[in-house]
Amino acid sequence: MITLTVNGSRHEIDADPDTPLLYVLRGELALNGAKFGCGLGQCGSCTVLIDDRPVFSCLVPLAAVGEKKVRTIEGLGSKGKPGALAAAFEDEQAAQCGYCIAGMIMRAQALLEHNSTPTEDELRRHMAANLCRCGTHMRILSAVRRAAVTMGGGVKQEGTP
Amino acid sequence: MVVLAIAAGTATLIWQKELPPISPPAADSFERGLVKHGEALAQLGGCVACHTAPNGKALTGGRKLQTPFGMVISNNLTPEPWSGLGGWSLAAFVRAMREGVSRDGHFLYPAFPYDYFTNASDTDLAALYAYLMSRPPIVAQAPVDRLDWPFAHRQLLAAWNLFFLRKGPKDDGGPDRGRALAEGLAHCGACHTPRNRWGAARSDRAYDGAWVDDWYAPALNARSPAARPWTEEDLFTYLRTGLSAVHAAAAGPMAEVTRALAAAPEADVRAIAGYFARLMAAAPATDKKAPAVVDRRNEADQAHPEGAALFGGACSSCHEAGAPMLLQGRPSLAVSTALRIDAPHNALHVIAHGLAAPAGHAGPDMPAFHADFTDRQLAEIAQYLRARYTLLPPWPNPEQAAEHVRQGADEQRVEAP
Repeated sequence: MITLTVNGSRHEIDADPDTPLLYVLRGELALNGAKFGCGLGQCGSCTVLIDDRPVFSCLVPLAAVGEKKVRTIEGLGSKGKPGALAAAFEDEQAAQCGYCIAGMIMRAQALLEHNSTPTEDELRRHMAANLCRCGTHMRILSAVRRAAVTMGGGVKQEGTP
Repeated sequence: MVVLAIAAGTATLIWQKELPPISPPAADSFERGLVKHGEALAQLGGCVACHTAPNGKALTGGRKLQTPFGMVISNNLTPEPWSGLGGWSLAAFVRAMREGVSRDGHFLYPAFPYDYFTNASDTDLAALYAYLMSRPPIVAQAPVDRLDWPFAHRQLLAAWNLFFLRKGPKDDGGPDRGRALAEGLAHCGACHTPRNRWGAARSDRAYDGAWVDDWYAPALNARSPAARPWTEEDLFTYLRTGLSAVHAAAAGPMAEVTRALAAAPEADVRAIAGYFARLMAAAPATDKKAPAVVDRRNEADQAHPEGAALFGGACSSCHEAGAPMLLQGRPSLAVSTALRIDAPHNALHVIAHGLAAPAGHAGPDMPAFHADFTDRQLAEIAQYLRARYTLLPPWPNPEQAAEHVRQGADEQRVEAP
């Protein structure tokens, strides 16, 4: 049995140590926000936070998690009470098919927790690891800028390409 | 009398005269063919790599280079009169390249590899000059270098030059263009030849492999650790594209080199490839009796069960035999040079910080795993790979190396996603 701390709750998991974290989140804990996209760490739709840093959960073996704290989009808010980023994504209508959005929000969450006033350049570099097949990147960036403000900071416009 | 003579001799060594400034020549005053040739040579020399700050404009300098003697900051090479080369005559440029002396007479640090450039031919230097002087002038004053005591005293370089600079040119336009370029503008030894305690190349150990920051540039001679023999064709493809399906993907500082060489003249890159293929002709991998590449999965699984589990969950979907990435012509870990050198740093760098797909390849990129693993876990994976894909003994202190690689993440690095 492996103990896993997700969104503040502890879970006993019966799985091999090389099982990717994503499979446990979705298959065992019914936390279906993080998505399986490529399974190769190329698309970012499975992004969750481990100890406040964004990782591709499809490539994180359970053996690597240990005592670290896992956070998923379900830990940031709910449908009735969305978190700042989820609300901003809705306001900006940033989703088209929506498959990448949980990963996008988790990656943006890591940025804004770490740096509430990133520059536009830092924002774009940070988000570059996550892809949107529908091509809503510009709206996604707008949503992160909006959330940065509601979270008490803001994206500085210096260094805009 | 003798004292006076020595003093006068020292004075002429220490104080180099200023060469008079010129008014910047018009960009179109250079013959186009010459500029084109110079552009190609600039790619071979990789000027842009050191003379461009992160996110800065090309060739405007400002990149910080950490050396064992302190921080050296590269200069603006565009023909801007005050902060760049605008006031430089061809004679001043040639003197800098051959003798390491700036136009105004101050000594340049050998982080600028004039001990290699000195070998370049007059024709090549004239072409390079024409290329640089026909770039758009951009104002960019490089910050002042931050050298440790006593190296801030540039006069000390007079002694360095006396002991270590073998003034060229060596390139007489002879038949071995590859050698002339490697020892000249391409300055391959600046990374691949070990340096003595004064930072000068050890000519007795040319291309024996050396540390560059915390990357190890492998040997390019009979000591090459490669798993398979490097042919001229393999090397050419690697240098041009950053990827050889039967050897390796270029990483770290070499990835930058291959991006520059992608735009260098094909014949010159081929000549360099030929030169190093000949130098590596007696490497262990060329021995017919050398063991073929190995994959000792069972032994490694037993010796490093944690490494095996981490590899299974994080790495195998791309790196296990038959994985989609390998079917796209990416090299197997079994041929990795990073696993065959005496220190785990190169392997750890790639695992921790990822590797962007080589120029011209859309992907896949190697993701960065520093947030996924502790130093101990990174070390476990490295030892597992070493045990599985080589017959070499385990690395000493991989965990310490992992900590170092994680902390030493170059501030200028552009991380792969």
